[in-house]
Amino acid sequence: MQRIGVFVCHCGSNIAGAVDVSKVAEMALMEPGVVHAEDYQYMCSEAGQAKIAAAILEKSLTGIVVCSCSPRMHEATFRKAAERAGLNPYMVEIANIREHCSWIHKDMEEATKKAVILMRAAVAKVNLNTPLQAGESRVTKRALVIGGGIAGIQTALDIADAGYEVDIVEKTPSIGGRMSQLDKTFPTLDCSACILTPKMVEAAAHDKIKIYTYSEVEKVSGFVGDFTVDIRKKARSVDMNKCTGCGVCQEKCPSKKAPSEFNRGLNTRSAIYTPFAQAIPNVPVIDREACIKFKTGKCGICSKVCQAGAIDYEQKDEIVTEKYGAIVVATGFDTIQLDKYDEYAYGQSKDVITSLELERVMNAAGPTHGHLERLSDGKAPKEIVFIQCVGSRCADDRGKPYCSKICCMYTAKHAMLIRDKYPDVNVTVFYIDVRTPGKNFDEFYRRAVEQYGVNYIKGQVGKVIPKPDGKLLVQGSDLLDNRQILKEADMVVLATAIEPNPDVRKIATMLTASIDTNNFLTEAHAKLRPVESPTAGIFLSGVCQGPKDIPETVAQAGAAAVKAIGLLAKDKLMTNPCTAQADVLLCNGCSTCENVCPYGAITYEDKEVNDHGIRETRRVAVVNNALCQGCGACTVACPSGAMDLQGFSNRQIIAEVDAICR
Amino acid sequence: MSLENKEFKPKIVAFCCNWCSYAGADLAGSSRLTYPADVKIIRVPCSCRVNPMFILRAFEKGADGVIMCGCHPGDCHYSTGNYYARRRMTLLFSMLDYIGVENGRTRVEWVSAAEGVKFSETMNSFVEKIYSLGENVRLGDLRCKS
Amino acid sequence: MGSEKKQAEMMKEISGVNPLKCMKCGKCSATCPSYNEMDIKPHQFVSYVINEDIESLVNSKSLWKCLSCFACVERCPRDVKPGKLIDAARQMVVRQKGQDYLLADEIPELLDPELPQQLLVSAFRRYRR
Repeated sequence: MQRIGVFVCHCGSNIAGAVDVSKVAEMALMEPGVVHAEDYQYMCSEAGQAKIAAAILEKSLTGIVVCSCSPRMHEATFRKAAERAGLNPYMVEIANIREHCSWIHKDMEEATKKAVILMRAAVAKVNLNTPLQAGESRVTKRALVIGGGIAGIQTALDIADAGYEVDIVEKTPSIGGRMSQLDKTFPTLDCSACILTPKMVEAAAHDKIKIYTYSEVEKVSGFVGDFTVDIRKKARSVDMNKCTGCGVCQEKCPSKKAPSEFNRGLNTRSAIYTPFAQAIPNVPVIDREACIKFKTGKCGICSKVCQAGAIDYEQKDEIVTEKYGAIVVATGFDTIQLDKYDEYAYGQSKDVITSLELERVMNAAGPTHGHLERLSDGKAPKEIVFIQCVGSRCADDRGKPYCSKICCMYTAKHAMLIRDKYPDVNVTVFYIDVRTPGKNFDEFYRRAVEQYGVNYIKGQVGKVIPKPDGKLLVQGSDLLDNRQILKEADMVVLATAIEPNPDVRKIATMLTASIDTNNFLTEAHAKLRPVESPTAGIFLSGVCQGPKDIPETVAQAGAAAVKAIGLLAKDKLMTNPCTAQADVLLCNGCSTCENVCPYGAITYEDKEVNDHGIRETRRVAVVNNALCQGCGACTVACPSGAMDLQGFSNRQIIAEVDAICR
Repeated sequence: MSLENKEFKPKIVAFCCNWCSYAGADLAGSSRLTYPADVKIIRVPCSCRVNPMFILRAFEKGADGVIMCGCHPGDCHYSTGNYYARRRMTLLFSMLDYIGVENGRTRVEWVSAAEGVKFSETMNSFVEKIYSLGENVRLGDLRCKS
Repeated sequence: MGSEKKQAEMMKEISGVNPLKCMKCGKCSATCPSYNEMDIKPHQFVSYVINEDIESLVNSKSLWKCLSCFACVERCPRDVKPGKLIDAARQMVVRQKGQDYLLADEIPELLDPELPQQLLVSAFRRYRR
């Protein structure tokens, strides 16, 4: 049996003005377990807290109820006061008789009655309270960033600059990501490489940053503050320590037919390659699918020409296991496949290209050395048509339901750059809406129209027909003029929808980070916690969370870094003790709770149980207290009633219900 | 004692999630927006913590109405809790209606921490509804009656 | 007033189309082979349904100029399918006459040398049961 003390606060006249506080205290003494009751002017004051402490010591109280303002206001205060007097802080309950009673009920008798009932409910609950201990878990002071694009690089730099070690894991042979493929960037038109490569170099040179390129995350275990991650370093076939990056091997390699990933397959590369000239690290990899030595056993030219002796055909994949306190996901995006969009003739004509392919065509290091030309015959185009929203804002299964956000701006950029460099080329843009929210964005778009004479037509293109003479016939509508348009073009550029990197689903599963129907990672709160995953210790950076441009990505990367730093700065994490607990004797191992848990806090383990003398091994639910946030979804989902929430247990809530309905 | 002589004072239980609706109720209080004293609030971490058993228990113990308030869809502090709650309550309420506890006696309402006005209006209209429905006799356990 | 609303509702029911899903991109009108013959253009169909002006739609030239090639249905990114609205309008004309279907015997009388062949094929496809 508990020994409970009830403390009724007057709150000046805030409560005492509408509630007969001494009556409430008097009635409290008639409740089971209550051995002490008093009322006082201001319970939250020093003197009030001293009264509580004195009563706890004098009457050896095991639980207290404070009838006062909202627990959202002073629960923490009274818990601390109780703790100082030697009482477990979770043995304190608050009856909210101010916000929920005295402030809204004018009739004294009625308000007093309600206050008594609220007090009874709190007493009934405290009778069933058990002391809870906030747990502690340690924090490994090192962060992992998955993805080495601008988002990952920026996050890593920010974390490293705060003095914490960071590892970047990048799947491709070099960091740099999508941004390294871009030619110019809106709305300032500075060259992408010029602003990105210094950051890449800075990351590589930073003594707190370690970069794993050509590597993938293979396995993740553990939880916030204490993750263990297996990283697979794929066999590069080149010794990183010996290679000088001279590039002779790439020149001499006789196999030059592999499509270049960096140039979106518009040209080819050698079997031993770095994706682009400014690659970091500047160490090539051998594409074993394309390499003659790996395919036939004969060749070995790269090994012969390498003066440093860095070529190692025997190299094998290596697994590195590291510990991290925080993980940032920065896996980025790709453009969608267009094979379901026959009407745009992508795949039928080489002159129908995506905007990302146009970036490579416009780039001096690209397949055409920066000359704008038709990829079919190399001729200079005179008429270029841009089509917006290709696969974006689609309700059917061919495209994506969301707006890709960046297309309006990069199309304006492309149109402007083409008109600037080739004033005799006509540029037409078919659009549904032009969306330019952002600093200097609408001005940028208006510049394309007013200064560069880009022809914007409101209406979608229905079909692109390649003609035998090599021209493209574009059929579209002009909704404002209410007419159908037939236009001959030399090139058609598709503003293709973006989608999260296809690998993100696999990674999210490993991290138990939730993901939406479009494969974007879900944030913990759409407005207030936009860079955190609901899974503790996992942070989101860049397009993996939703479409965004470079400035937004960099801003979010910094925000994710700050959140990660905030976690790494702690030596220990205090865990909320109001977590779910599974009764192993009742658990039937059905996994229902595991499926409803938004935090991946529940796992199943084979445990030895002693069920009334019968010892056996059963598959039962185990809650990780460091991950559980105490929402209680599992407690209701559990069909056998094995799950219960500490601090809000079934019995406690039922006791409150009973007290209210008494 | 005959029932007719006794003035009907309904017992109404309100489950409020800690993050939105309980805070909304606090705001109603600090804004002095009145609603009948028949409503008694029980604080739960999330609307998904409300086990249908609690609601059945309340009716069994003589409650005349039970209302559950949570964060607006999409705003749940725990991301998805209120979606589970919504599904569970839809099922429970239709079953309760089937056994004679009218739909008017049960309600789910989304109240954010900023909606003190909505909280008070909701409680006023709910209590009014319960008054019009009268005493709940369907699930009351006779052994619980005094 | 009421009957117009009813007609619009019936139109939505027959066609299974939710005109509110339209984002006014105009892809349906972009390649419609009968576009130049039509007084109400394919992308405008949805507006007539939203504005509950079924009368104009039913009396329009477009109703009988649509070839039912379903290019608009195929390409619509929003799953709105203007071609189905036209089909529904045609059905409503038929229903107004108190019949839910055409008898095969009646067809020769209705034949108009101006009618496109595809329309006949589509009519057979739809009404033959």
